[in-house]
Formats: sequence, C-alpha cells, structure tokens
Amino acid sequence: MGHTLAEKIIARAARRDSVRPGEIVTAKVDLSMVHDSSGPRRHKPMLEQLGAKPWDPSRIVVVTDHYVPAFDAESAAILDLTRKWVREEGVDNFYDMEGICHVILPERGHLRPGIFAVGGDSHSPTAGAWGCFMFGIGATEMCGVLVTGEIWLKVPSTHLVRWTGRLGQGLAAKDVMLALCRNLGLGTVKYGVVEYTGSAIAALPMAERMVLTNMAAELGAQTGIIAPDRVTVEALAAVGVSAPDASSWQSDADASYAKVWEFDASVLQPQVAAPHTPENSAPVGDYPDVRIDQCYIGACTGAKLEDLRMAADILRGRKVARHTRLLVAPASQRITAAAAADGTLAVLTEAGAILMPSGCGACAGYGAGVLAEGEVCLSSTARNFKGRMGHPGSKVYLGSAYTVAASAVTGRVTDPRPLLAEKAAA
Amino acid sequence: MSPQTGPGRAFVFGDNVDTDALAPGVYMKGPIDALAGHCLESLDPGFAASVRLGDIVVGGENFGMGSSREQAAMVLRQLGVAAVIARSFAGLFFRNCLNLGLAPLECPDAGRILAGDLLTVDPVAGRITNRTRSQTYACEPIPAHLLEMVSDGGLIPHLAKKLKTQKRTS
Ligand code: SF4
Repeated sequence: MGHTLAEKIIARAARRDSVRPGEIVTAKVDLSMVHDSSGPRRHKPMLEQLGAKPWDPSRIVVVTDHYVPAFDAESAAILDLTRKWVREEGVDNFYDMEGICHVILPERGHLRPGIFAVGGDSHSPTAGAWGCFMFGIGATEMCGVLVTGEIWLKVPSTHLVRWTGRLGQGLAAKDVMLALCRNLGLGTVKYGVVEYTGSAIAALPMAERMVLTNMAAELGAQTGIIAPDRVTVEALAAVGVSAPDASSWQSDADASYAKVWEFDASVLQPQVAAPHTPENSAPVGDYPDVRIDQCYIGACTGAKLEDLRMAADILRGRKVARHTRLLVAPASQRITAAAAADGTLAVLTEAGAILMPSGCGACAGYGAGVLAEGEVCLSSTARNFKGRMGHPGSKVYLGSAYTVAASAVTGRVTDPRPLLAEKAAA
Repeated sequence: MSPQTGPGRAFVFGDNVDTDALAPGVYMKGPIDALAGHCLESLDPGFAASVRLGDIVVGGENFGMGSSREQAAMVLRQLGVAAVIARSFAGLFFRNCLNLGLAPLECPDAGRILAGDLLTVDPVAGRITNRTRSQTYACEPIPAHLLEMVSDGGLIPHLAKKLKTQKRTS
C-alpha cells in the first residue's frame, strides 16, 4: 500500500520511514510563519515567562498584514512591538506592510515542495499549492514551536478531490471552492488533508491553485495540498527557488484515500455564497435581486494579480454603479507594482475603484473598509461569517473577482459571463 | 484543567459556531477582558453578561470553525467557562483549547443537553453527567499523549516545567 504526498512529507519531518493516518508523531518544523496579530505581541510575554529564545531565527518568517497601516494607537503599538521584537531576536525574514502573509511566503521564495511548516493563521494551508505541508496553529502552540522547533500531530487521512474538464470563461478557482463548500460541507473532511487533482486543477496558475489550498481551511481540513508539476517548477524558478527534487513529491498511485470526490469543471457556473457561511453557495443566477452597498476585492484568497486582471477584464470601459462602492486591496506591494506596470490598476481606478493598502484590510474586520449595520457586501474573500467584516447586522456575500467586478457595475449580484461576452463581441 | 469540574450550567448553541462569533475581529486588538465581553454576542447578546465561573458551553457539529485565533478559546476561559462540549470540533480550535487548559469534549450525545441543564464533566475519564436529566454521556477522553500537558494546565506551564528539568539535568 502506497502513501499520499501529505504522509510522505510528515514521515520525512518526523524522521520516520513511513507513517499511517491516525498515528501520533512529533515532527521537526522547517518553517514557521507568524503575523502581527498572532505573532510577537502574543509570543513575547510567553517566551519571557519561559526564559526561552526562538530555536532558529532563520526558520521564522514574520509579516505585518492585519493591522496595516496602523489606524489608531493600539494598532500602532502592535506594529511597533513586532518591529522591535524581530530586531531583538535577529529575525531577518521580516516583511513589514509588504503584503499578506500567505502571499508573501511564496512571492519571497520561502516555499519549496516537501517542506513541513506551521503558521500562526488558519489559512496557512495556502502553502500546500506549492507542495508543502503547512497548517495553522494558535499563538500558544506557536510559542511551543518557537521554543522546541517541533510539533506533535495525528497523521491526517487524505481526501482526494478531482476536477476533470476545464473551467469555462468567467470562472475562477473561487467558484470551484464555493461549490466544494456546498458539496462537501464545512466539517466533512474532519481535520484531514484535501489533495486536489485533475485536468481543471492542472490548467490553473499558482495564484489560483492557492485559492483551493487556502480555503481547504473552510472545508475543516488541517491542510490542502497539490502535487508539484511543471507549473509549480516554473513558478519556483520565477521566484529564484531551486528545488531539484520538486517533482519527486507525489502521492503513490496505490496510496489510500479516506474518500475520492469527482467533479466536472466544464459544467460549473459562477458561484455566490450568501450570508453567513461559505457553505451557503449557489449558482449566481439564483440571486436575481440582491442590491450591494460595497464590493470588495481583497484578501490572501481574492486579490492576487490574476484577480485584479479578472476585475479589469470586466471593468475596462465601464463604471462602478452609483450607490455602490468598489474597494480594491491588492494582496501585496509587488502585486500592486505589477498591476500598475501592466495597466491593470489604471483600468480599475478609471472605473471608480478605490485603491486600498496591501494587507488584510476589511477581510476580518481588522482594518479599513468595514461595514455598517444593514449594509450588504459582495467580497472576493474566504469567509462571510456573521459580523466578520464589521457590524453583526451587516451581510457578506462571497464570489470570484469576476463576479464582484460585474456586480460593482450593476450594483446587484451579477453573472460576469454576459459582460465578458459583450466585450468579446465588441 | 482539573480532572473533575462542575456542576455548571449549560449554555447551548448550534452547529458551526465560528471563531468570529467567539472572538469578533473588530475587538481583537484590545485586551482579553474587553474582547470577552463580546464573546458569542452575535448569537446570544446576553451570553457574556450571564455566564458564570464553572458554566459549560455546548455546541453541535464543527464547533470553533474558522480562524486560528486562540482568543476564541481564551475568552471562554476568561469568562470562567469550565469546558466546551460539542458533537465535533474544528481541529485548530480543539488544539487551542488543550494548549490553553480548556477541556474540549467531543460527545455524540451533546444534542440531548438543553440550556440551563446542570452538568458535571470528567475530561480524563471521558464522562459527562447531566444532573438535571439524570443522564450520563460518554465523551472522548483527553488524548493520552497530552494528559501530562493538560494536567500541567496547558502548554506554557508544561514547557516551563520541562525547561526547568532540562536545566537541572544538563
Ligand atoms: S486576508 Fe483575510 S483570510 Fe487572509 S490572512 Fe488576512 S484576515 Fe486572514
């Protein structure tokens, strides 16, 4: 009986020949990532209490993204503490207001297939798109990792999710994910691993694959993973990472899976999740008359260069509807620069989009752009739990950047495909 | 976490109680006692004000889904909650509870508990007693490899103890 990719990475990190689901092992951590909210502001007092130092500053990445830029005295103090801590501890991998942690990690070459990593954030599974085993942990547990360089885990079983066919025009990884949230439900995977495969996945660029592993968290998975292929190797080379063994990290043909799920991408329609859970999704056509106050293109899972280009495809030559506002918070500074260089940003701002700093922004209600009671938002983020983006009486719908942009044009939840087709015909 | 707690009153919630409900993002930068005042307010505005030391929170499936913020478990402790019982837990929240010394008890019978029931829990033996209804439910006991950490009161006190012994022996 063979092994899944996740099992192989865990076995390597646990210094074992092999592991089986259900076993409890202790693994050595190759990389640990924390951000301003989960990081130094929480660890510093714990480490002091223990009289301990981080086990290996070169394996720690610190990112400020949740409270950036500071908007009051408290958020400024959190950022200040973070900056001082990395200096004191000699953490060189520090990215201050340069983008969202899950996007920064691959962009700055910290990910390599086969590594075992932990992050102080629930969307840490994002790294799985690069063939890593990475999962989110709380700040106390992260303190344990910082002291020991190790963590225990119960080897998870793997669910194989295969998408055959090809996504149609106007569809994106977010549509795939929202459909999965509905079909699998939020708890089915029960802290297992979701491994994505199939022709529709193979056709996706890395940024889109990262949406699938990112939102494995929404499926209740410990992490998501995609085996490296040519696209991965090229993307690694593009960020200057040499990983000669990249393509060796694969699941065996006779690996055993907890369950195999099959879906056909060619019949998928754009999906929109209604408040207050991503599971509450349906084809966009099922929302004939939902008025929107705010459209938001942001977050680790919804504001990469590909998302901004999707929005630009819709918005070129069009305007954001009156009584609706479109906020765009690119996921990193480099993405902002690339979108400025290729003209994408100009298309968005000419249409009336409001450009926001790179960071988590309104996604989790931490930064600017939060909602008032009764307001309705359509967002390219990952979660629409009650009150997440502001007042508990606000409503958040989720959709792809295509759908968010199309809806910004009409002021209502709108299928992006006719708008794209109009363009193509013109 | 002491081996035996209770009796405490049950506060009952449904499936998929998320971390934004437990620890709302808008209040995350403030101190833990201020955050605790908003715990679960989107589901039950009176919860934080009425919950008392030793009370028990009961949920359905996938309790604690969402963010890695361990404040979701900390606020419950801050409010004096002695244990959380649910049919199933989100994995991340489950780990956070153990690390912070709050007992997460997975119990298939959680649905039989009604608001206000008086409960006693024994997280080591894996037993919940419903005094109001004279019922006993089995729950998953604390995983054996974590018992020591849990009886030390969570990960930080456990590490402190370990580091001290290491220093003594080295
Ligand atoms: S953008 Fe949103 S989902 Fe992503 S790390 Fe920030 S708060 Fe979390």
